Amino acid sequence: MIGEIFNWLGDMRNSKILALLIFFIGFVILLVFVYTGKERSKRLESYKNMPFLDDDEDEQKSSTTVKKDE
Amino acid sequence: MAHSMAAKAEYNYDIIKKFAAMAMVWGVLGMFVGFYAASELAFPFLNFDNQYITFGRLRPVHTTLVIFGFGGSALFATSYYIVQRTCQASLHGKGLATFTFWGWQISVALGVVSYMLGYTQAREYAEFEWPIDLLITATWLVYLYVYVMTLRKRSQPHIYVANWFFMAFILATAILHVFNNLAVPVDMFGMKSYSLFSGVQDAMTQWWYGHNAVGFFLTAAFLGMMYYFVPKQAGRPVYSYRLSVIHFWALVFLYMWVGGHHLHWTALPDWTSTLAATFSIILLMPSWGGMINGIMTMSGAWDKLRTDPVMRFLIVSLSFYGMSTFEGPMMALKSVNALSHYTDWTIGHVHSGALGWVAMVSFGSFYHMVPKLYNTKMYSEKLIFTHFWLATIGIVLYITAMWTSGIGQGLILRAFDSYGNLAYTFVESVSYLHGPYITRAIGGFLFVTGAAIMAYNLYMTAKQGKREAAEAAAAAA
Repeated sequence: MIGEIFNWLGDMRNSKILALLIFFIGFVILLVFVYTGKERSKRLESYKNMPFLDDDEDEQKSSTTVKKDE
Repeated sequence: MAHSMAAKAEYNYDIIKKFAAMAMVWGVLGMFVGFYAASELAFPFLNFDNQYITFGRLRPVHTTLVIFGFGGSALFATSYYIVQRTCQASLHGKGLATFTFWGWQISVALGVVSYMLGYTQAREYAEFEWPIDLLITATWLVYLYVYVMTLRKRSQPHIYVANWFFMAFILATAILHVFNNLAVPVDMFGMKSYSLFSGVQDAMTQWWYGHNAVGFFLTAAFLGMMYYFVPKQAGRPVYSYRLSVIHFWALVFLYMWVGGHHLHWTALPDWTSTLAATFSIILLMPSWGGMINGIMTMSGAWDKLRTDPVMRFLIVSLSFYGMSTFEGPMMALKSVNALSHYTDWTIGHVHSGALGWVAMVSFGSFYHMVPKLYNTKMYSEKLIFTHFWLATIGIVLYITAMWTSGIGQGLILRAFDSYGNLAYTFVESVSYLHGPYITRAIGGFLFVTGAAIMAYNLYMTAKQGKREAAEAAAAAA
């Protein structure tokens, strides 16, 4: 039985289509997961602010980080 | 949801300062070697009949110094910075992080010396002989451990997307490095070894490594840099976090398949070659998705480009990322590759990505990060502007020279007369290259001059930060 499965997978005419289906469906699931659901979308987009969570005194010192030449 | 600011962690900035300093040392040195090697091609007398500095030996010295010395050290520095600041956790294992510093620097130095002495595996971007490969493996595994353990200590429930890119880079590089360097040493105390693979399988393994080194070392990791420093410098969050998630998964999935496009029209099976070309074309989508995500982060703040030179570096880097990820898939088409392969067009394409994308995003990130490390401001804004223009003009000269030489070279080598004989001799193609080679060397000179100015500016910034800290301490005492 297992040997038959391996034989079937070993045939490029089968494995190419199978791989295409697995990866395509996987990608569609990812797209659906990321772009549907109001709450989930809101949660995912909230993570974009993470780089700003630890803005501390060294950032308040200057908003540009660049000193203007005299 | 992301948690608000957690208890302030004690960040390990010392290790980041060390890596940043060495990135600049290797960068200036490596770019100078590149400029010299380019000059040797234009003026062969510069070889001076000295075996140690011939083009063949200097070329891997240049690529190793700029990719692993400059790029690698810049990635260690920025990844250690980003993982700490987005996780609000201190870096795990101070001693282990220090080990990664010395392990990496010694590997780069040994590699460079061994190439000049003539020791090489002759595998592009993997020329290190086996003892150095072992040191790199140990260093890399410790890097992975330090990174994962720091992520585990995070104060935030979510891992910011920049860290995903860095993790993919670290994991993929470990796998690529180990499998591409499987070799049998000739003896225990000698440098020489022979690859475990042979023939076309050896070539396939090498280019599976080679293109994924581009994909994960020179792209994914620098995208991690981009996803942190572009929003920080722009002062606004990334355009779409959801797009960054799609960008990540699509990019890491697609890159693994495309190495075969380096071996079109060879003994590689035709279906493998076609598969690689197909995935290369599809790869354009996530590449441009990421590029657009980065550029659109500036939406509503484009005026910053007029006044902020650091932002210019970052946006120009994204523009070059977009250009080179369009050019790459185009060159992966078999018909285009028949013209472009074995010509200088490839060299131009690589430098469009390496100088335009990798180096420019690193420069922008360093200009943002180094003042933060020393709690000060950049020493001179004028010098950043100067650097920006030198780098940009240098890249444009370089790339246009290589387009001219590469496309011309390809056309000359394939031209036939009405009898089916080659229309040009090989020497005629070499003679044609002389002008573009001089232009390329000038472009390289401008680029390395800009990098040297940056190194000076960063050095003075560090000095200024130390002085200010000492003054503040004295005032407080």
